[in-house]
Amino acid sequence: MNQADTAFVLVSAALVMLMTPGLALFYGGMVRSKNVLATIMQNFIMLALVGVVWALWGYSLAFGPDVGHFIGDLSYLGLNGVGFEPFKAYSETIPHQTFMIYQAMFAIITPALITGAFAERMKFSAFVVFMILWVTLVYCPVAHWVWGDGGWLKGFGALDFAGGTVVHINAGIAALAAALVIGPRKGYKGYGNGTEAFIPHNLPMTVLGAGLLWFGWFGFNAGSALGANALASSAFTATHLATCAATLAWIGVEWVFRGKPTTLGAASGAVAGLVAITPAAGFVGPMSAILIGILAGVICYLAVLAKPKLGYDDSLDVVGVHCIGGIVGALATGLFACKLVNAGGADGLFYGNPGQLLTQFIAVLVTLVYSFVISYLIFKILDATVGLRVSPEEEVAGLDIGEHQETGYSL
Amino acid sequence: MQKIEAIIQPFKLEPVKEALHALSVQGMTVTEVKGFGRQKGIREVYRGMEYQVDFLPKVKIEIVAADDKAKAIIATIIDKARTGRIGDGKIFVYPVGEVIRIRTGDTGENAV
Repeated sequence: MNQADTAFVLVSAALVMLMTPGLALFYGGMVRSKNVLATIMQNFIMLALVGVVWALWGYSLAFGPDVGHFIGDLSYLGLNGVGFEPFKAYSETIPHQTFMIYQAMFAIITPALITGAFAERMKFSAFVVFMILWVTLVYCPVAHWVWGDGGWLKGFGALDFAGGTVVHINAGIAALAAALVIGPRKGYKGYGNGTEAFIPHNLPMTVLGAGLLWFGWFGFNAGSALGANALASSAFTATHLATCAATLAWIGVEWVFRGKPTTLGAASGAVAGLVAITPAAGFVGPMSAILIGILAGVICYLAVLAKPKLGYDDSLDVVGVHCIGGIVGALATGLFACKLVNAGGADGLFYGNPGQLLTQFIAVLVTLVYSFVISYLIFKILDATVGLRVSPEEEVAGLDIGEHQETGYSL
Repeated sequence: MQKIEAIIQPFKLEPVKEALHALSVQGMTVTEVKGFGRQKGIREVYRGMEYQVDFLPKVKIEIVAADDKAKAIIATIIDKARTGRIGDGKIFVYPVGEVIRIRTGDTGENAV
């Protein structure tokens, strides 16, 4: 066991923990004031809800001894056997329990990302049931495939440093399923004869949230090195540079095509860059990171712009930013990965190994299909049983009063 | 007595208030309001989605004054709140039936 590594990963876990309240503010600022608490609650409560699920059975399903390369078994149920000795397959230098609590923070924020898609109209009760099922049936298996000892995508050679597929593509495509099943918000402009204005009620809150996400993401990406070492430093640098580039790229295209650089654009660009560099962070050099950031900023901006034309109401653009950003990052890893940065990784297309791009592509495709199908089924079943949506009256009055009997702001 | 109700640009509140102080106006009530006049609203863009915002933020000042003071107050507001551009706002003047100071029960101009 190495004390520096353990300290670093524990601090990284705390950084990733802070991303979830950061996400709550990021999303909370973008909704209308009558839904601010409900939106924040759907994120904040994930810390508690998934925190418990993870300890009871989630960690075991994701990281327990392999069953058919698909999922972990139940031997770590209730954290049984997850002790202070390092578990060699995951890290030789930190306690198994440290690895477990670090991974818990990932399992918390991933489903929280989906909440942006059904913001302003989902029942809290259905939300709680959905999240327990989604973490169990979608997150745990996919995490096992990519990171678990014996997981099939890990064996397949797909590179995913900190969770581009497991976290962002996974949550992003589930968000599309959510938006399709639950339907658009009342009065949504891109749909039917809707004319209502969905203007973010507090953009300073959104920018603060984006800032906390950026800060916490250093724990997410650099922490994924699982040690206080050069690889962590490399991932930290790549994360920062890609985010800077994506922020500039997003407001740049906005400035050219719409006339003004917006604050919401800067915050969105930063998150798009963070998403895209996530799978690549530990495998690419600083200049590659800047290129990945530019790609993410431009492509995610176009994806967000395309949403109204496609007709679904993904309220806060989880698909455009996380799914598309995640795909950009996963494929870019297949282009820019370089063994000089990380000998444990692989070379990408630009370093003479075109096969890596194909491997990345297959990993993306499988995650998209699996996550979409299972998420869609969960939503459909819940819609038919407990019902996903609040009543039309409650939607007009706002979910803060309807679901939680309180308001965010009082005079 | 008259009640002067002026709806002005928010950034003109400070200069108007200062000038009214100089006129030794005894009190005023200020409210943040939203509305539109002939200029209609403005367009705002969020993540590429354009929305027509019909109601623009304005500030409403309410002052009750004796008849002989009202003219000077109105002239001051016009002078300080005017930019010459569309959206400068409007002033409404009403006769006041009665004024009562709650603490003492004073009525009429003594209570203003």
